[in-house]
Amino acid sequence: MSTPVPISLVVNGEAHDLVVPPRKLLSDVLREDLNLTGTHVGCEHGVCGACTILIDGRPARACLTYAVQLEGHELTTIEAVAEGDTLSPLQQALHEEHGLQCGFCTAGIVMTFEAYLRENPAPSEAEVRDVLSGNLCRCTGYQNIVTAVLKAAEAMRGGRGA
Amino acid sequence: MALGSKRDTSKRDFKIVGTRPLRPDGIDKVTGRARYGADMSAPGMLVGLVLRSPHAHARIKSIDTSRAEALTGVHAVVTRADFGDVEDAATADTLDNCMAGAKALYDGHAVAAVAAASDAVAKQALKLIEVEYEPLPHVTDVDEAMAPGAPVLHEGRTDETVPQGMSANVISRCQFGHGDIEAGLAKADRVLKRTYRTEATHQGYIEPHACLASMGPDGQADLWCCTQGHYMVRNTCAAILGLEQGKLRVTASEIGGGFGGKTTVFLEPVALMLSKKAGRPVKMVMTRSEVLRATGPTASSSIDVRIGMTKDGRITAGFAELRYQGGAYPGSPVNMGAMSAFAPYDLENVRTIGWDVVTNRPRQAAYRAPGAPIAAFAVESAIDELAKGFGLDPLEVRLKNAAREGTRASYGPTYRAIGLEATLRTAKDHPHWTAPLGPNQGRGVACGFWFNFGGDTCVSLNITPDGTVTLTEGNPDIGGSRASMSMMAAEELGIPYDKVRTVIADTGSLGQNEVTDGSRVTFAVGLATIEAARAAKREMCRRAAKVWGIDEEAVVWEDGAAKPSGPNAGEFPPMTLEEIAAIASNTGGPIAGHFEVNAEGAGVSFATHMVDTEVDPETGAVRVLRYTVFQDAGKAVHPDYVEGQFQGGAAQGIGWALNEEYIYGEDGTLQNPGFLDYRIPVASDLPMIDTVILEIPNPGHPYGVRGVGETSIVPPLAAVANSVSDASGVRLTDLPLSPPKVLAAIQSR
Repeated sequence: MSTPVPISLVVNGEAHDLVVPPRKLLSDVLREDLNLTGTHVGCEHGVCGACTILIDGRPARACLTYAVQLEGHELTTIEAVAEGDTLSPLQQALHEEHGLQCGFCTAGIVMTFEAYLRENPAPSEAEVRDVLSGNLCRCTGYQNIVTAVLKAAEAMRGGRGA
Repeated sequence: MALGSKRDTSKRDFKIVGTRPLRPDGIDKVTGRARYGADMSAPGMLVGLVLRSPHAHARIKSIDTSRAEALTGVHAVVTRADFGDVEDAATADTLDNCMAGAKALYDGHAVAAVAAASDAVAKQALKLIEVEYEPLPHVTDVDEAMAPGAPVLHEGRTDETVPQGMSANVISRCQFGHGDIEAGLAKADRVLKRTYRTEATHQGYIEPHACLASMGPDGQADLWCCTQGHYMVRNTCAAILGLEQGKLRVTASEIGGGFGGKTTVFLEPVALMLSKKAGRPVKMVMTRSEVLRATGPTASSSIDVRIGMTKDGRITAGFAELRYQGGAYPGSPVNMGAMSAFAPYDLENVRTIGWDVVTNRPRQAAYRAPGAPIAAFAVESAIDELAKGFGLDPLEVRLKNAAREGTRASYGPTYRAIGLEATLRTAKDHPHWTAPLGPNQGRGVACGFWFNFGGDTCVSLNITPDGTVTLTEGNPDIGGSRASMSMMAAEELGIPYDKVRTVIADTGSLGQNEVTDGSRVTFAVGLATIEAARAAKREMCRRAAKVWGIDEEAVVWEDGAAKPSGPNAGEFPPMTLEEIAAIASNTGGPIAGHFEVNAEGAGVSFATHMVDTEVDPETGAVRVLRYTVFQDAGKAVHPDYVEGQFQGGAAQGIGWALNEEYIYGEDGTLQNPGFLDYRIPVASDLPMIDTVILEIPNPGHPYGVRGVGETSIVPPLAAVANSVSDASGVRLTDLPLSPPKVLAAIQSR
């Protein structure tokens, strides 16, 4: 076993000084060392997308990343998406459109599309399905997730909806 | 129980039931606040990990744990030697599945476990456990396992239903039906004889199994886990560990999907034993590989079907012989496959025979309508092929043979009001049925049936002093039951939906509750909720009568308030629930309603699915273009959730039909234990799934509710296969319809 090393991680705007084994995954550090359990682990090999977080605003799999690699980067997790009691338009749309059942995959989907909708504010259904294909959901058949993302996009563009 | 006598008229006007209020768990789930199995911690907690067999079948000659125990940071090592004997055969199998005894029976079978200060130490400790295996010949295919001379898993488990001379892997035989098959077949214009095969699939919940166990030296224990039934977890763990049930309190976490796969235990008894030995709390979380190698896939099957049909589409006889392997222990769902195979049809002559077979695979666990989708695949494919052969409309043929109220079901009982015909007629009138198809495209339909269940249920409905309501129930919410229970309670009490919060109690808070399975919860817990609310209303009427000084018979409950009623009641303004709650302490004490029941009267449900596919003749790849579900819900309490169940079942069925399969190598090890190679449908694989809810009330429920969660996975295997056969012009009988198989079939056309 390799010796734990000190790192400084900026997560959700807060700096944390930690000592972690070099091979400890970011997903485990977030969940175990920082108690940010909203980031879920479903497959540990980057397929299911449940552990998706933002690194400098871009979606990444926390289960494929070592925490020690992230010194000097800004990390955002699901816990920081809502501003106080106000849900983001995407969170609100998922809540209203029944865009989840068990909810285990939801955090990863929120993180994926918080970033994507900034990049492409007016996606087509096919584009949403294409991007959503990086996140596995076993409950819903994806339909209401697609609907919710499209509704959130509209709301964020200033239209009606959420 | 004469619950039927208490039911309201099905024509009643609902104020809340049937609407679509916001879900109570939505905000927790979109913000990451919801706590799942792996999200709980305890002071002093250790990490538990399992050592698993690399062999498909091996005698365990010895296990030396001394080097692991000596490692700094290791607090406990557990093997089967730490557990005592268990009398009940099924529970003994569960223990053996959680921790192997004399033999490892499949690749991934647990053989030892450690609890250590960290994940890294626990992993190192696993490497220091020395297991001496004597590898044995193995078998993973159902037909091979039944053959004489096949490697045998267990001696002496075969029951009296199995004829002499068969392999010891054949555990039992079941049979259902009535009439005379040969006489019926003789009346047919054509008799179709086919063999169908399906591969095992996994429930594929995204949340791996996880638990946190803490056992004190006094034998009192607490367990937190993701499960579909924490009362089942309590009872099973108590039996395995020799605990009294009342000493073990189990709390169900939020559950990240189950679909039947979390209706048994895997880690929990091991975590409790590790905690007992270590004297510290122990948390265990499976990896995806462990989930796929060692937790509940479905059965795989091979099925022979013979069906006779006249040229005008009447089925004269139906016969099916079903062989299901359910992994390393008895208990495949072949009985439910055999019961449900012909359940949608009114047949004079019908017989099914089922064989339960063991193989060197993980012990199967329930998966959404266990056993039924496989059986429906075979029978619905055969009916489709016969209809097509005569040039008949496959929906018309099904209508001609459809079971109705009064039909004697193929598995015995006589149906009460059922909705199969309504789903077929609605399907026939739907624009999907007549929409044009392009080249290499096809359309398929299939019907499906599920029993739906009731069972032991307790509910406590508590009126708080400020007049809000907490409903306490004992079934993990896997499909929206907190919403639907709150809705039924609010409906009955005549108060707004947001005045009721439903919570899932731990095992110390209510009596026994059956597992969340069998599509039972909206029916059975709903029924108990309504009765608990009625009990609370009766009590509130008594309190009002006391205040008013009149007979309690002269008080009725209307629109959320007690009102005087009848000629001698007197004139009093209504007392609302809030007003009665506020003075409860002065009128006799706290007010609560509760209800305990073994719920009977579950209503069977039927669905018809319609699907369009396109087959790429160059690659054999299948694309699903359009999908419509028609299903009878009895009464849709919260239609969003009902539609979600329809869509989710269809999506899983599409995966089963097209992509998903357990692939075993020559050495009997699982070749695809990860989501990369065990491929479940992603968003771009699926079209929008249209849903049509039909409501033919269940006479056994006060609001007419049937279960809805399981029927939706029964038709898609056959519907997709029928569609692909239509598109490709060649009949496909072997699931999954992966591109190489479809391409080979097209090329041999």
